[in-house]
Amino acid sequence: MNFFQILSEIEQVDPEVYGRLDSRRSIFKNMAGLGQKLSAAALPLAVGAIFNKAYAQTPVGAGVNDVLNFALKLEYLESYFYNLRPSSLFNANNRAALDLITTDETNHVKFLRDTITALGGTLIAVPATTGVFDYTAKGNFPTVFTDQSTYLTVAQAFEDTGVRAYKGAAPLVMGNKTVLTAALNIHSVEARHASQLRAMRRALATTGTPAPSQGIAVAPYNAAPKSWVSGTDSATANTTRATASNVYGSGVNTNAPTGITFESEANVTQGNLVLSGTTITSAASFPASAFSEAFDEGLDVGTVAAIANTFSVTGTYFN
Amino acid sequence: MSNTLLNGSKPLETELDRPLYTPIKRRSFFMYAGATAGATALVLAGCSKSDSTPGTVNVGSGDPGVLNYAYALEQLEAAFYTQVRTGTYYTGSTITAAEKSILDDLYYHEVIHRDFFKAAIIGAGATPIQALTPDFSSIDFNSRTSVLGAAKAFEDLGVAAYNGAGQYIASAQYLYIAGKIVSVEARHAAIIRDLVAEGTFVGNDVLTLTSANNSAVTTNNSPANSSLERAMSPREVVNVANTYLAAGSKLDVTSLM
Repeated sequence: MNFFQILSEIEQVDPEVYGRLDSRRSIFKNMAGLGQKLSAAALPLAVGAIFNKAYAQTPVGAGVNDVLNFALKLEYLESYFYNLRPSSLFNANNRAALDLITTDETNHVKFLRDTITALGGTLIAVPATTGVFDYTAKGNFPTVFTDQSTYLTVAQAFEDTGVRAYKGAAPLVMGNKTVLTAALNIHSVEARHASQLRAMRRALATTGTPAPSQGIAVAPYNAAPKSWVSGTDSATANTTRATASNVYGSGVNTNAPTGITFESEANVTQGNLVLSGTTITSAASFPASAFSEAFDEGLDVGTVAAIANTFSVTGTYFN
Repeated sequence: MSNTLLNGSKPLETELDRPLYTPIKRRSFFMYAGATAGATALVLAGCSKSDSTPGTVNVGSGDPGVLNYAYALEQLEAAFYTQVRTGTYYTGSTITAAEKSILDDLYYHEVIHRDFFKAAIIGAGATPIQALTPDFSSIDFNSRTSVLGAAKAFEDLGVAAYNGAGQYIASAQYLYIAGKIVSVEARHAAIIRDLVAEGTFVGNDVLTLTSANNSAVTTNNSPANSSLERAMSPREVVNVANTYLAAGSKLDVTSLM
């Protein structure tokens, strides 16, 4: 078997293959690391592992159509969730807000379907309304439809994940200005939703249950959060969000566009600048949390899929 | 700039010169040169560093132009929230703990955004635009209604601006950074809108609910009932932003689009 012949054959169909494998230098490093001890029989498995790792994080043939269909799957996850809301569970302010969010997500599903169709792309099938999504996440949120606070927690996780997903995907569609701008125009709406859901949870946790705008944020923010993500909202990993992965944690950079990394929400390095009261002297007296709050972070498709799959009955809907 | 103008002698009026300047007496020239707001436009041939309308700030072109455009808007927001802290709505006794905490965070975030962009522009080897002079004369910083109404306007405008600017960015890295900021501005906008009126975190004024968007740049537009943000082109944004900028600080984005 000629390893380099394999690579050049793959290059015919995937010009980006060398980028996916990071660099030719690291291919050699991987091969050397596998050890001169490997027998000829073992080598194909090791080679296969390198390619599996390279392609595992990206939908095969990722392009605008795949990104839009992935976004559509996330919108189905959300829109079905909101359409299933038991209205009697919520106080008046929350009921009204959820009505607005439900309309938005239903609209997003239709918009994305129409956009994919208009682009001549292949649409995913409409998922069944039962048997596809499990909003208890295999029993991690048993009271999701019986407790107001739990429902809003899951909703916040969906919206914050959606923001991270659209943000991470924007560079993937920047070659099409119409799709890019549409993606940005959905992304900011998800952020408005996330802000509102956080305010609703804040209010529920505040003495007297005031209106959402008057809720008081309480550190470490996972139960009475700010409207923006403060660090990872918690002193430790945010296990209340999803068991398999941390909604506010870092992603995987393997296939990220050059210069882009998927950091945890606690990140304070933007471009080449480490943000602090020292590097930004006007901010010398600012609380440390402000530097991570001022910027949201994106996520790669694979990590978003892992988070979303915790709500997939099969565990693979988002693959 | 022609020295004959400074000397006060009658300037040459050739066929080529005539449309480019208005001959002016020396004393009048210095009076106009010293004036700030309200000065009539004084056309000085060849004085601008770039081919922009005199008295305006041209953000430039390409990615550095977009960064300067964002820097300008963040300057405006940072200046606003800085001034909020001096008014009696913020310093007085009627503001709630929640509102004060929100306005504090908005101030911190926008100052950080502003100074980040200045550093990023320098890091990109480009020149940041000047420090802009805002015009907040229409805002009463002692009034909750006025302050929150202005905050809502600035935050919604910022979201629309970033969303409409993405298409002009060539570098994926800069696009990603802009994305990191715009979602924070949208979070700001949502809570400010709730402070103005509960449950208005979204509305037809900012999303395409009951009507389509109608930006002059069609990539910004989506149909009614799609619930997409109403993106605005740089020109459309500065038409609004310039009402909050003093003469001499008004933005020119004609090189961006």
